[in-house]
Amino acid sequence: MSSASSPSSNQSAGAIIGRMVVYGILIIAAVYFLIPLFVMMITSIKTMADIRTGNLISLPREVTLDAWKTAWNSACIGVACNGIKGYFWNSVRMVIPAVAISTILGAINGYVFSKWRFKGSEVFFSLLLVGCFIPFQVILLPMARTLGQFGISQSLVGLIFVHVVYGLAFTTLFFRNFYVSIPDELVKAARIDGAGFFRIFWRILLPLSKPIFVVCIIWQTTQIWNDFLFGVVFSTGDTQPITVALNNLVNTSTGVKEYNVDMAAAIIAAIPTLLVYIVAGKYFLRGLTAGAVKG
Amino acid sequence: MASLKIKNIKKAFGSVEVLKGVSIDAQSGEFLVLVGPSGCGKSTLLNLIAGLESITEGDIYIGDRRVNTVSPKDRDIAMVFQSYALYPNMNVRQNISFGLEMRKVPTKEINDIVQKVAGILQIEDLLDRKPGQLSGGQRQRVAMGRALSRNPSVFLFDEPLSNLDAKLRVEMRTEIKLLHQRIATTIVYVTHDQIEAMTLADRIAIMKDGIVQQLDSPHGVYENPANLFVAGFIGSPSMNFIPCRLIRSNNTVGVQLEAADQTSAFLPIGHKSNGLETWVDRELILGLRPEHISTSFPQQDASDQIHPINCQVDVVEPTGPDTLVFVNINAKKVTCRVHPHEAKPPGELIGLLVDMSRAIFFDPETEKRIV
Repeated sequence: MSSASSPSSNQSAGAIIGRMVVYGILIIAAVYFLIPLFVMMITSIKTMADIRTGNLISLPREVTLDAWKTAWNSACIGVACNGIKGYFWNSVRMVIPAVAISTILGAINGYVFSKWRFKGSEVFFSLLLVGCFIPFQVILLPMARTLGQFGISQSLVGLIFVHVVYGLAFTTLFFRNFYVSIPDELVKAARIDGAGFFRIFWRILLPLSKPIFVVCIIWQTTQIWNDFLFGVVFSTGDTQPITVALNNLVNTSTGVKEYNVDMAAAIIAAIPTLLVYIVAGKYFLRGLTAGAVKG
Repeated sequence: MASLKIKNIKKAFGSVEVLKGVSIDAQSGEFLVLVGPSGCGKSTLLNLIAGLESITEGDIYIGDRRVNTVSPKDRDIAMVFQSYALYPNMNVRQNISFGLEMRKVPTKEINDIVQKVAGILQIEDLLDRKPGQLSGGQRQRVAMGRALSRNPSVFLFDEPLSNLDAKLRVEMRTEIKLLHQRIATTIVYVTHDQIEAMTLADRIAIMKDGIVQQLDSPHGVYENPANLFVAGFIGSPSMNFIPCRLIRSNNTVGVQLEAADQTSAFLPIGHKSNGLETWVDRELILGLRPEHISTSFPQQDASDQIHPINCQVDVVEPTGPDTLVFVNINAKKVTCRVHPHEAKPPGELIGLLVDMSRAIFFDPETEKRIV
């Protein structure tokens, strides 16, 4: 802040004040956004007695992880009191295949739309893009009917299917825009060298696709992990993802409302997406711009 | 090695006709250059030969085989691209061997070929580097190495030198020519640079608007251009085109040229006037290369076709061995190539000689050559 090196003291004083205002606003904004997380963290390690007697932002008198254990193992969701661990693994079991399938299909789609254009492929691509703008609510009924026809309604498989279909529009767009920036001559050279459709994809394009894969995986993981609507509509009971379970946990009231358990469960539900951002966040930005600049 | 026959090829993208009936025969071992301004269809033609685009009409033969529907990998061709198109994730060795690997050549043989090719192009010490770690010239060599390794019957080059800086371009040009002399494989080479075309080619096909304007040896297209476009495209600085009227005076056919300050000169055409009789008293275009308007010619005493004209110098451009002098003849800017010592500063009069034996005449309507 004191880096203003201007000899004119008047001007440097103005610059310092300007800086202070800017940093002040930034700090206030950061605090504003971090306070909820802070409240959640401290509440989750308080005892119920502590919560009742203290206020929202007072520090815990006694630190305990009991609420976390309860949330994970024995909190009651509806009538079953087994905690959220089952639902957490449900979400994991849903996210991994859904992300993997939608990303791989999106990569192949993007490859076709950028390097193997056919008559009408632009129209086809535009139609696919419309998928990015369709609100979730619109497709609920038709999708429920479709899942029923396939015999996978109210199951994890059905939920995965919905996420794959819905995610394809985005993943295709990501990969297509990324591959457009890779010169067509690479594909031509490989064709002359004797490589076919999948060989070119596998040997030439995939090794170049790391940044866009990171973007796609982060995007899809976040979207699918955080999804509530599809989860609540297309799954029941034991197959529900953690977002739905969290909602049910908070709404299940048997006697006293255990805020510390609710908070712990909410943090558990948020950890995977936080982790993904912390681990791969910088690749995310890099990959987004790599795809976007020339797209 | 194989010959290449292109028979009346047409190519349309939607309703846009890019090639309008192109026929070219290249003999086995010939260095054929396709040259023309951008959008003339030369790269499209190369892509058709490679099989990367489908032919709308016509036939292509490589050797005796009609390849219209043969896929690129089975045409026995190799291509060098403008951007080199090296696979960025593979090192040089893998780049060169990729095509061989796709063709299921045994590993030992692949290694031998890579070593041999690397030796020819002097890139042995680069084999383990990635394309990103190479300079432009080195990438160019690797791209050629990739093509060489397959030992194809036809090489296709798509503007391979246009991404290099001027000095390197000249060096690589010589290397490509040496390479061709050494391997003697048929080469089709696309460029927009007429100097590249002149220096490399056995024969040049000059294209414009999807039509081959002229197909001839470098000497042929330079000395005997078929039309105004070819005459203007080949040669640097370009040929001068002077609009003038053909007149008969004292039983001699010639042209009347007017220099800047109303001095005019009558330049008889001499024995070249055969075939021009019907053009007497009509407007035509006189084509003269800059080197045929100068202050002196080595053979000037023996020739009766060198005629004087006095002009006022507008601009002088020294190039080193010669100086280009710009003057005005018949209200047209005309470039003359003179010896540096004989150039005059702007504003002064210069006594020029015109070698009418090298004059070419064009029809102003059809732009075709008359004689």
